[in-house]
Amino acid sequence: MMKFQVKSFSIACAMALASMGSHAQQPLKIGFLGTMSGPAGALGQDQYDAFMLGIEHLGGKLGNNAVQVLKEDDQLKPDLGVELAKKLIEKEKVSIITGVTFSNVMMAVHKPITDSGVFLIGTNAGPTPITGKGCSPMYFSTSWNNDSLHESMGAYAREQGYKRVYLMAPNYQAGKDAIAGFKTQYKGAALDEVYTQINQPDYSAEIAQMQAANPDAVYVFYPGGMGVNFVKQYQQAGLLGKLPLLSAATVDGTTLPALKDIALGVITGSPYSPDLDNPQNKKFVDDFRKKFNRVPSLYAAQSYDAAMLLNSALLKTQGKIERDAFRAALKQANFKSVAGPFKFNNNQFPIRNYYRVDVAKDSSGQAALVYKSVVLKDHADPHASQCAMN
Amino acid sequence: MTTTLFLIQLLNGLQLGVLLFMLSAGLTLVFGIMSFVNLAHGCLYMMGAYFAATAYAHTESFWVAGLAACVGGAVLAGLVERVVAQRLYMRDHLDQVLATFGLILIFNEIARWIWGASPYYMNVPPALSGTTDIFGVRYSTYRFSIIVAGLLAALGCYVLISKTRIGMLIRAGSINPTMVSALGVNIRLLNALIFSLGGALAGLAGLMSSPILSVQPGMGEPILILVMIVIVIGGIGSVHGAFFAALMVGVIDTAGRAFLPLILREFIDRSSAQAAGPAIASMLTCVFMAAVLALRPQGLFPVKNG
Repeated sequence: MMKFQVKSFSIACAMALASMGSHAQQPLKIGFLGTMSGPAGALGQDQYDAFMLGIEHLGGKLGNNAVQVLKEDDQLKPDLGVELAKKLIEKEKVSIITGVTFSNVMMAVHKPITDSGVFLIGTNAGPTPITGKGCSPMYFSTSWNNDSLHESMGAYAREQGYKRVYLMAPNYQAGKDAIAGFKTQYKGAALDEVYTQINQPDYSAEIAQMQAANPDAVYVFYPGGMGVNFVKQYQQAGLLGKLPLLSAATVDGTTLPALKDIALGVITGSPYSPDLDNPQNKKFVDDFRKKFNRVPSLYAAQSYDAAMLLNSALLKTQGKIERDAFRAALKQANFKSVAGPFKFNNNQFPIRNYYRVDVAKDSSGQAALVYKSVVLKDHADPHASQCAMN
Repeated sequence: MTTTLFLIQLLNGLQLGVLLFMLSAGLTLVFGIMSFVNLAHGCLYMMGAYFAATAYAHTESFWVAGLAACVGGAVLAGLVERVVAQRLYMRDHLDQVLATFGLILIFNEIARWIWGASPYYMNVPPALSGTTDIFGVRYSTYRFSIIVAGLLAALGCYVLISKTRIGMLIRAGSINPTMVSALGVNIRLLNALIFSLGGALAGLAGLMSSPILSVQPGMGEPILILVMIVIVIGGIGSVHGAFFAALMVGVIDTAGRAFLPLILREFIDRSSAQAAGPAIASMLTCVFMAAVLALRPQGLFPVKNG
């Protein structure tokens, strides 16, 4: 029921914004493309809600321009994503598209959008091909290269001096990238690398093997429902709290509500934590909670940052979106990110901190994501050197 | 490879096996008696899990959750039978597949609409959390209780089918439905009954898995594939076949995932074994089914035709 209310509320907001726009002079049209339905729909919904909250915080405007946000749901289908991007560009004549939740959709829409001279502000997916060689002057990311989360946990395992780490991930490209990313920073022994079937529901067999191998720590990458299953079963096997569980994208703002106390003790690598101590984050988290009755995820934070980034650039260019001037304005990243220090690298991906964020009880006794320490400071992804831009 | 580890994996296999049995018992009867292909059976499992999790969230009682899952599953299955399946008994299998595939989409969308797209959850009841000693092996109490529940369900099915009048009709129906209806038995009522029984068992499976799995739209489909394999191996229409086949598939699947990468490592280098292990393990049950089909196309424990 709550979901339904939130949805209709955000639709109402969008409509209100749209009608507001029509009174003023021509509003600035921005396309939002994200995965809003299906099992992963919560991610896109967080991105959208946070982006709209950002605009609301700026008085319904970006850089003194009234804006109209056109929301499209790619349903996690790359071909549909391309179709919707074309529709936004050709029919709606948007000059900026933001969002994009998943890497496969990003790979499909990246070229059609940037080739047509439209700015793309990615707020989640950051596949390596477009981080390195395939970087584009029209593409900015407020998130991270896909490897970075795993690099941060690899660095953490190295710092902790774990000698024997057991690695697990689903058997597909992102799972293999996860383990490769972990190993670029971690230099100890990978006791075993286990690739499980994608969307496997039960990990009892693998967990028993893991116990028998007697590792110092375990690193897993299980996004979405797989993460809920894995963490639940890891906890039920009595391992959580005894055997350190390092993870990336496994327990996040979208899966924690399904786990709650069960996930207490999970260690994650993340560029954001809702309790990061800075004024802009406090305002963002408080208002997001008030408005949507849930804690914002990192997907939400990145999208909120995108609204702030666009605002800063549009202020600088006085509302004009001319290719070179607007790009230069975006590159300055003259805004305060809710995630702490933020600047753009030559590939237009952020140089930012990665944190150790644990699942622990917050001040109100609820299981929450709690900031512990900075693992990688001002980290730039290693692919930037392959990008020919500067 | 220690004996303890071997025993734990055997228990894991049994636990998966009884879960598969709960799902395949009803489905194999529907298949056998009415020659009806019901792809939506996984949805009953999913809805059972949702019913259980919701009831548990409100009452904190595992019994109420169980009641909600089983009754909910049975009622829903009865409804599916009345509204959809009944009209399709006489149609060919393609129509049935299409219609029940449509039901999958509808049920998943309903679940998403009511409970949201994010995974829903149910905690392990406190009485069943922790571990138990079984033959000197420490094993999760809850997973052990799944095995017990599954064996009780199997015993219940055995008594119902072998010892009661309804069971006699079910057995007769699975051998020669036309003759049974010619003898004046209301075969429609019998069909509805079997459908509901299957729904109740699927609901029970949903109840038992919701504390260990995330309850989410689409959770019924991956397991449905294994259930289909179980039915084919056991022999279509055969409940005791489904029982033994389910245990076999459960143990083979678990053992494959646990030990195959280790065994492969003895023969090929480590990285290839890591890549090939899970791929071959996921094929094992299908290979087993193919072997059964090649050698005994009627299944390992077929219904005896008089």
